[in-house]
Amino acid sequence: MGVSTAQSLDERVAAAQQRLDAHVRDIVQWHFDPATGCPFWLEYAEKLNWDPRREVQTYADLDKFDPFEDEWLRGGPVRRWVPRAYAKDPIYVFETGGSTGVPKSRININDFRIDYEIFSETLSDTAFPRGKDWLMLGPSGPRRLRLAVEHLAQHRGGIAFCVDLDPRWVVKLTRSGRLREMHEYKEHVIQQALTLLRSHKDIECIFTTPKLLEAICERISLVDVGIKGVFCGGTQLTAQFHRFAREELLEGQIEFVPTYGNTLMGLACHKPFDPADNYSVIYYPPVPRARIEVVQPDNPTELVGYGEVGRVRLTTLTKEFFMPRFMERDEAVRHRPCDPYPWDGAGDVRPFSGFATPIVEGVY
Amino acid sequence: MLNIPILRAGQAYESIEKVTLVHHATGQPVARMSMANSGLITRDLHRIDDTVLEGFTVDQLQDMSRKAARLFLEGDLPIGDPAAGQTQTFDAYIEGLSATTGMPVGYCRKNAAKIHRVMDEIDLVLAGLTRGFPRDVLDRGFGYQDGRMLSFYRAGRTFGAVLPSNSPGVHSLWIPAIALKAPIALKPGREEPWSPLRIIAAFIAAGVPREAFSFYPTDHAGAHALLDAVDRSMLFGDASTTRPYRDDPTVELHGPGFSKILLGDDWADDWPRHLDLMVQSIAGNAGRSCINCSGIWTPRNGRAIAEALAERLAGVEALPAGDPRAEVAAFARPAMAAGISAMIDAELRQAGAVDLTEQKRGSSRLVQRDGVSYLLPTIIWCEDNEHPLANREYLLPFAAVTECPTRDMIDRIGPTLIGSALTADEDFRRRLMAAANIDRLNLGAFPTNQISWDQPHEGNLFEHLYRQRAFQVEPAA
Repeated sequence: MGVSTAQSLDERVAAAQQRLDAHVRDIVQWHFDPATGCPFWLEYAEKLNWDPRREVQTYADLDKFDPFEDEWLRGGPVRRWVPRAYAKDPIYVFETGGSTGVPKSRININDFRIDYEIFSETLSDTAFPRGKDWLMLGPSGPRRLRLAVEHLAQHRGGIAFCVDLDPRWVVKLTRSGRLREMHEYKEHVIQQALTLLRSHKDIECIFTTPKLLEAICERISLVDVGIKGVFCGGTQLTAQFHRFAREELLEGQIEFVPTYGNTLMGLACHKPFDPADNYSVIYYPPVPRARIEVVQPDNPTELVGYGEVGRVRLTTLTKEFFMPRFMERDEAVRHRPCDPYPWDGAGDVRPFSGFATPIVEGVY
Repeated sequence: MLNIPILRAGQAYESIEKVTLVHHATGQPVARMSMANSGLITRDLHRIDDTVLEGFTVDQLQDMSRKAARLFLEGDLPIGDPAAGQTQTFDAYIEGLSATTGMPVGYCRKNAAKIHRVMDEIDLVLAGLTRGFPRDVLDRGFGYQDGRMLSFYRAGRTFGAVLPSNSPGVHSLWIPAIALKAPIALKPGREEPWSPLRIIAAFIAAGVPREAFSFYPTDHAGAHALLDAVDRSMLFGDASTTRPYRDDPTVELHGPGFSKILLGDDWADDWPRHLDLMVQSIAGNAGRSCINCSGIWTPRNGRAIAEALAERLAGVEALPAGDPRAEVAAFARPAMAAGISAMIDAELRQAGAVDLTEQKRGSSRLVQRDGVSYLLPTIIWCEDNEHPLANREYLLPFAAVTECPTRDMIDRIGPTLIGSALTADEDFRRRLMAAANIDRLNLGAFPTNQISWDQPHEGNLFEHLYRQRAFQVEPAA
């Protein structure tokens, strides 16, 4: 990503904020215009006693909306989310959650391609060589990841070889204590990946999850099979895992790119590795398409101070999907803007600790 | 502040993820402990040298165990980051143990004595586990007992234990693995790294190679990784923790004990003579062990027994851990005390059970004193032996007394780690001997928490680590 050196960071932060405010105006106009907006937001607006198109002029004005509820995304009709402007386009639907109950659905037309093309600009051509092939080792099925990573590979001139993992089945096995079956399933997945890596010498890049990365590195040296870069995400990544991955799994020789993303947001990039960060995994959202804020859990309109922990609040602002003020089930440390990303970041993301934990019965 | 690193085959490793251990009463930080990620544990244990103790004979390892016992009790042993060169005296160990667990200092010393005894009397313990065959059978792989060929091989080439925080006495259960030549990997309880660290330090100081010891403070995922990566293991945990491993023979489970005192028809009227035994079984070690009695089953006089126990235990006070009179532990996590108390109250709302201690005391079992939470002894009278509280176990001196005809008792008591049967009735004794739901059986006036260490406890560690094989060998020419 090109970084302007002509402006100070403060000036670039201010400029990014102006671009964000302008983008918010465009997106709100689009989603609440009967010609382009989707049925959900048009019907929603009818129940308001204020006009979003007139009253939302800045990003801060989005606080006029009630927090977005994830229940709105569960169940149908899913077409209520399709903007009228895209009614005739081919529609994808991607799901998140769904281990039990009804998953959340998000419609998609091109967002996944745009998100991953933007992300592609942050990857180094040395670690993720253009024209080289990829192994996509992770969830596909109803998830966005398969298509997104495949598009990333294609966008960079490569081909993606895919091995599927069904995380809902893994969760089911884990919750029901069927650990042996879980190991068998993991082995089944890893075996397929090993076969691909041994058979296709042009695979030099991998996307996978932390657990699968550990599992595959138990079986082979990725350095020995010629892997240059690993893009990792899908679940929580701790600073300790980050260090372990760089130093031990990848033997200090393979580029490691951790990411934080989900179907609702897109993909947040990791701040370029800096030893001064002590392996903290610090993410920056793809502003203006999405913004993550770290807020007071009991007062979500108030940001926590830099370096403090708060709950993650997500706002997605694309022409395909408008999702203001969604409280994620995660908490994080708020980080300052940095050179490549002149807006707030979120570090050390982990499940929100404010949810109740069960009481243990019995002694042992 | 003390910095506690991970030990990776004896090598200290400081993790980026750390937890702070705090004093249960003051909230002051006591130590910062590195936390291992699950992948690191798997990676280490798959690469561990499982032959590291094979160069020693069992006799040599027993000698080192005895030496380690003395060092455990008397030594100024290394602790924490080796670069910092810190050491720990026995008194400092007890202080740390009580500080982070809330266990009364007096009970910490008693538990440490149990640990010392197992290390010191390791030959007795091993003889109990192996039923006394010559020790060199394990060195040569074969030998003779009473003229018969005997051969064993190490099925558990690596051994792991996922340990609790509730009572340090449990550490005595894994210690014999060292003399049985298995390198060990330990996941300590969140508030209790002290005992495993000191035991390891003592063994290393006694001459056992440090490569034989791995120590991984970690989370649930790390615990599962450890259990998966070693050949044989021990898991301490509540019912939900142990359930996934119920059918896994490589994991020896130490879940809730539900230990009980059972009165026979012949002794049921003689109960006052056994009141002290009942109190000791319920309240010894602050009621924090699976070997504490949590149920008294009798064919009659149940209410009277419960009243008498409540009378005896209602006077127990919440005292600071450092007070030599302290009989209940403070809770390092106050929410846990409140949660347990609320759980008991919720079940008391179902008719058929009453908390007699609370009636006699005139106050709640949940006590806040100087900002510290305690749970006072709780004796429940269950007039219906199918009431949920008749078969519960909690982290406090807790027992339910209920009535049941002896002919139905064995079927109704459910899984019971220790059953102390107060009876001389031959028929009842015979049926108790046949009961598969009682793990350790005491016939006669034994407190449930009186353990003989030369007998297996919830499985035989030797049989867990070794497998017997048929073997023939032609004499060398």
